[in-house]
Amino acid sequence: MSKVPEKLKGDPETTGHSWDGIEEFNNPLPRWWLWTFYITIVWAILYTIAYPAWPMISRATPGILGWSTRADIAEEIAAAEEANAAINTKLASVELASIAEDAGLSTYGVSAGAAVFRTWCAQCHGSGAAGAVGYPNLLDDDWLWGGDIEAIHATIAHGIRNEEDADARYSEMPAFGRDELLEPAQIDEVVNFVMSLSGEPADASRVEAGAVVFEENCAACHMEDGTGDREQGAPNLTDAIWLYGGDYDSLVETVTQSRFGVMPSWTTRLSEAEIRAVATYVHQLGGGE
Amino acid sequence: MSNYIKLIALGLITLVAMIGINYARDTAYMVHAIIVMLVAGGLFLHTVRRTDEPAMAGAPQNEYFDSVVRAGVIATAFWGVVGFLVGTFIAFQLAFPQLNFDWLHGYGNFGRLRPLHTSAVIFAFGGNALIATSFFVVQRTSAARLWGGNLAWFVFWGYQLFIVLAATGYLLGATQSKEYAEPEWHVDLWLTIVWVAYLAVFLGTLIKRKEPHIYVANWFYLAFIITVAMLHVVNNLSIPVSFWGSRSIQLFSGVQDAMTQWWYGHNAVGFFLTAGFLGMMYYFVPKQAERPVYSYKLSIIHFWALIFLYIWAGPHHLHYTALPDWASTLGMVFSIVLWMPSWGGMINGLMTLSGAWDKLRTDPVIRMMVISIGFYGMSTFEGPMMSIRAVNSLSHYTDWTIGHVHSGALGWNGMITFGALYYLVPVLWKRERLYSLQLVSWHFWLATIGIVLYAASMWVTGIMEGLMWREVDANGFLVNSFADTVAAKFPMYVVRGLGGVLFLTGSIIMCYNLWMTVKRSPAKEASLAAAVPAE
Repeated sequence: MSKVPEKLKGDPETTGHSWDGIEEFNNPLPRWWLWTFYITIVWAILYTIAYPAWPMISRATPGILGWSTRADIAEEIAAAEEANAAINTKLASVELASIAEDAGLSTYGVSAGAAVFRTWCAQCHGSGAAGAVGYPNLLDDDWLWGGDIEAIHATIAHGIRNEEDADARYSEMPAFGRDELLEPAQIDEVVNFVMSLSGEPADASRVEAGAVVFEENCAACHMEDGTGDREQGAPNLTDAIWLYGGDYDSLVETVTQSRFGVMPSWTTRLSEAEIRAVATYVHQLGGGE
Repeated sequence: MSNYIKLIALGLITLVAMIGINYARDTAYMVHAIIVMLVAGGLFLHTVRRTDEPAMAGAPQNEYFDSVVRAGVIATAFWGVVGFLVGTFIAFQLAFPQLNFDWLHGYGNFGRLRPLHTSAVIFAFGGNALIATSFFVVQRTSAARLWGGNLAWFVFWGYQLFIVLAATGYLLGATQSKEYAEPEWHVDLWLTIVWVAYLAVFLGTLIKRKEPHIYVANWFYLAFIITVAMLHVVNNLSIPVSFWGSRSIQLFSGVQDAMTQWWYGHNAVGFFLTAGFLGMMYYFVPKQAERPVYSYKLSIIHFWALIFLYIWAGPHHLHYTALPDWASTLGMVFSIVLWMPSWGGMINGLMTLSGAWDKLRTDPVIRMMVISIGFYGMSTFEGPMMSIRAVNSLSHYTDWTIGHVHSGALGWNGMITFGALYYLVPVLWKRERLYSLQLVSWHFWLATIGIVLYAASMWVTGIMEGLMWREVDANGFLVNSFADTVAAKFPMYVVRGLGGVLFLTGSIIMCYNLWMTVKRSPAKEASLAAAVPAE
């Protein structure tokens, strides 16, 4: 077991101890190692003199450079804000509709708005703004609450169905099934009718009865022809674009339980210039009116 | 007499565990109470059956206590494969989120499995490797049998119980949300008891040693055991909400809590994964190379410098947070001064091979140890570099950190442990040699390529996402959304997963090789194998 290792020619002295056959050479510290170690120590001392470092009784040494992370970031933010101050003031004060006519302003608005969108809006609407189930696609020309720049601006500024902003857009579809406003058979009929509106295959025998149910219960908001009403955020049911799904099961769920999509108000979190920028960005994505 | 005391204690524990099952406020606590009841109850019956029987002849006191080391070797290999398997799976969960199956939600989604992976590799694989090798090394280099008799078995089985409690707790959602210190208060208390017993066995053996001096490997092991005890106790200071539930409230709050956590977290790396494994390196490398350690002076200086400096480096995990600037500066400065003391271990390891470099060609076990020291040197350079505030502002929160950790964990901790296992199994089971050196070679190359794939892909994604996060246009606006950076990482996530597959495959080959060594390799002649602790 305790095999003593063979000695090679030119081996230095060992310390003379042996543990389970392991010996140790008495080599000095490698010079380059020692000097690098010393240099890092000297550098460390100098660095802690230059920067905030040593804790004292009531506060730490501030460092002779007077540097701090907070001052650093404040400086960077101030520089960025100053660089964009003039154009931000202009963006926040001009007529909304005139932004698109000013090439410099609209280019700035789109790139600023895209940045705001990626930070605050992409979580729900997707980083490409294509939306998801329950979160509208902003690339198409189907708008729930209006697609001109003023309407988009109002939606972003105050949000939808939130409790924090009195100016939030608000409407609520009744839960026809849960609140027993309609019989299950009637829901089945009206869903078939709604499916027929956008040309989906539906049971013809029930479509006719569904039309009656629709006229009595739904037409007030969704209009007689089912094209919806932007004043109330009532979706157009004839265009085959569905927020919560257009298949039979999804529609039964929608009619039975209703839907209640919420969007936060952004006036408290974003500046007017930022809201206008993101409105400009969304407006030019493809469906702006 | 002692049996009666034992019976009373075990009976009480069983009873309290039963009451715990009844009053448990959460599933994890109830499952833990069931496990404790079964273990304590089983031990109770076992003790009853042996009470008033004539005492069996104890193990011969003139031999090394190797049975517990053998168990430790088996546990190390077993938990290693488990930990690597979970790691590979969660790597693919990140690449393909569909692998977070609906039917696994609440138990097997990424969030639950991630601490299972980290704890399995660090504490179950690494911890068992450290306990087993330290028990082996301290006996050999002290020429003394382990102190405390069956206390060593208590340490081994107590530690396995800790692992099982921690792992089941994670899956059932019992966590105090502190990285690498996730287990809740009752599991922490149990680990404290086991750890004190571990310290007693190790220190007791050192005290009764027959060598005049304490070998350097034991300095590192002792520093590891003592410091981990301190870190564990301070970071886990908390008040249980109820004695019958696993929830607890941390004693520290806000940035103090964060600082305590990273003081712990960084020194878990420093003392668990560095000092402890350096102890392993200082025994197994000179043994396998059959050469003296390069420099005694270097080992003294780098040991004291390392343990003095490591403890201050934690704040570099909290650059650009609520942590005051002065603490962040000190963390960074101490990390950079730490560079050379860390490299002292690398120099001593590599230079020990001078005069034996030819063995790299013939002995794949030496090759494994050398590459592990190489990865150690690389990670201990990369770490100080990443602690520099300017570098950290790019690397923090990115996959670069993950790549850094894994080049250290897979490269250094993994490879040195594999090397130690390849050395230990023939010695412990008294075999002439390993079953197959060619399979060791396969393991070496699979693991090495696996690590390179892992580390390289994480460096690429880490730096890429760091740059994407800070990319701004001419007006100073961010160019990328967070989801864009996630999408861009996909190909590298697949490469990382494949690296994991290679590393896992290598470790399974190792298990087969070690198993066949015990089964098939010719036995060593008894006269040579007789291990005598006495001088």
